[in-house]
Amino acid sequence: MTLFYLFGAVAVIASLLVIAQRNPIYSVLLLIASFGALSGLYVLLDAPFVAVTQIIVYAGAIMVLFLFVVMLLNAPHEETEHDEKVHPLRRPGPMRLGAVLAAALVVELIWALSRGTSETGAFGEAAVSSVRALGRSLFTEYAFAFEVTSVLILVAMVGAVVLAKRDPRAHS
Amino acid sequence: MPTLNDYLVLSAILFAIGTAGVFVRRNLITILLSIEIMLNAVNLSFVAFGRSLGTADGQIIVFFVMTVAAAEAAVGLAIVIGLFRHRESLNPDTFTSLKW
Amino acid sequence: MTPLLVAQIGLTLFVFFMLLNSAAVMVYVERKVAAFLQQRLGPYLVGPKGVLQPLADVIKLMFKEELRPKAADWFLFALAPIISASCAFAAFAVVPFGAATTFFGLLSEPVKLQVADVNVAVLVIFAIASMSVYGIVLAGWSSNSKYSLLGGLRSSAQMISYELSYGMALASVLVVGNSLSLTDIVNGQSGYWFHVLPRWFIFLQPVGFLIYLTAGVAETNRAPFDFPEAEQELVAGYHTEYSSMSFAMFFLAEYINMVTVSAVATDLFLGGWHGPFLPESLGWIWFLVKVGALLFFYVWMRWTLPRYRYDQLMSFGWKILLPVAVVNLLVTAAGVLYFGM
Repeated sequence: MTLFYLFGAVAVIASLLVIAQRNPIYSVLLLIASFGALSGLYVLLDAPFVAVTQIIVYAGAIMVLFLFVVMLLNAPHEETEHDEKVHPLRRPGPMRLGAVLAAALVVELIWALSRGTSETGAFGEAAVSSVRALGRSLFTEYAFAFEVTSVLILVAMVGAVVLAKRDPRAHS
Repeated sequence: MPTLNDYLVLSAILFAIGTAGVFVRRNLITILLSIEIMLNAVNLSFVAFGRSLGTADGQIIVFFVMTVAAAEAAVGLAIVIGLFRHRESLNPDTFTSLKW
Repeated sequence: MTPLLVAQIGLTLFVFFMLLNSAAVMVYVERKVAAFLQQRLGPYLVGPKGVLQPLADVIKLMFKEELRPKAADWFLFALAPIISASCAFAAFAVVPFGAATTFFGLLSEPVKLQVADVNVAVLVIFAIASMSVYGIVLAGWSSNSKYSLLGGLRSSAQMISYELSYGMALASVLVVGNSLSLTDIVNGQSGYWFHVLPRWFIFLQPVGFLIYLTAGVAETNRAPFDFPEAEQELVAGYHTEYSSMSFAMFFLAEYINMVTVSAVATDLFLGGWHGPFLPESLGWIWFLVKVGALLFFYVWMRWTLPRYRYDQLMSFGWKILLPVAVVNLLVTAAGVLYFGM
């Protein structure tokens, strides 16, 4: 139980700091810390494959991509300083509404969930969590989704290359 | 021992933090990071439900969510690069006119 | 404090210190082998035959001044070598280096010679290899110097490109070995075919072994893939601005990564600790011999082959190595299906 609180606290605090940080590089690094904590939670939930995949895919690949983009764009955080220096609830117009809505969402979710459900019992025995069973299920029941996902990644790869390419005509 | 409820509350808190980030922050990259926080919160609740129901389906859906998140992050960042090249700014409020 | 717990803690400390020692031995071996390949003597003054040279190097590095560029982001500057070194050590935690032993009857039950036996060990190694990219990319960024930034970005782009072929080679071995746990894969390689040929996976997966070694060399940024840290090209790449112990951390991380790649290759392809003439409990001697042979091969390659230019390196990784790895995986899967193993 202490492990659950530890990982949960790290995940929540890191996520809060992600959205509160000015420097985008620190945001990315804090998000990696949050992913590490979530990976620990997956291990507690008897899902070691998902835990390791989270590190490999999310913390090891997607966040590297974010870091590259932040470094290459030399993301200026001075420009947004003026808007972001003021506390969210005191900003003009639509931004204040956004902050109020976010706070309302937090309060509402926690209220709804803490009303207690019938699922207050502990978990049963461990589900089948071997990689072999996952693979078998992935290639039989979910085979169509698997193939569609591979096409999706191909499309995303081509799209990202095309979108990020410099237009050769723009340098005239 | 943590119950299913504990995991769901944690997932809800993380989701709310992500949403707050999308609403409040004025930096495109931080907005994309907040979307990733939301996706992770959803992953956590999928795995928790899968564990509580005793099937492996929760983990398989997480597999697909991660893949889709990777694809979406790649394309989203490519769009951010394109926008930055045009206006030299990452503040979404500079992109308010429909004219390129 | 049961004897088992004491043995476990002792094992962890033992592995940690042996890794540090292996880095020191590698420093000496590299310089001596490089010297002999170049027909000169190498270090011979410090201690008999120059054996104490690594000690002299460490003392020199400890006494150097710790510089820090003024415009550098101090937190990331300090964090980057820590990430590199930690990931290098952590990856070795799941590598088994011997059969389960009771230390000649001192313990009541055998303890595995592996710091942490997880049943997804192969994936854990891959995950920690993915995390070690951050040490390099943060070092490049936080030094706030153009050589460092270029070196850091190039090096991390190279590492994540070759991770794909690395993963495909691992996947081919998993198809043959039928398990994700390194101990099980090694135990599947015991015994002989026709009483003479050991059942190592290198005979079933020769192409996979070559792909794994090539991708491993590229992952650890060693020649011929060491363009990002080549002295003639980029001053020293991502660790230009580092000095004294921080530089030593990067150095250490590189050597320990080499040792880990060799150890995992030994476990996956060369039969781990199985070998003739010795009983199972002394199998770690065979393990050391095999890892030593692979490390010698690493050093030999560095001082023999010329360096790849960066665009040649990237095009090799994406256009040649990755398709070969994918085809290897397909052929392996078809073979396993056909022969019903």
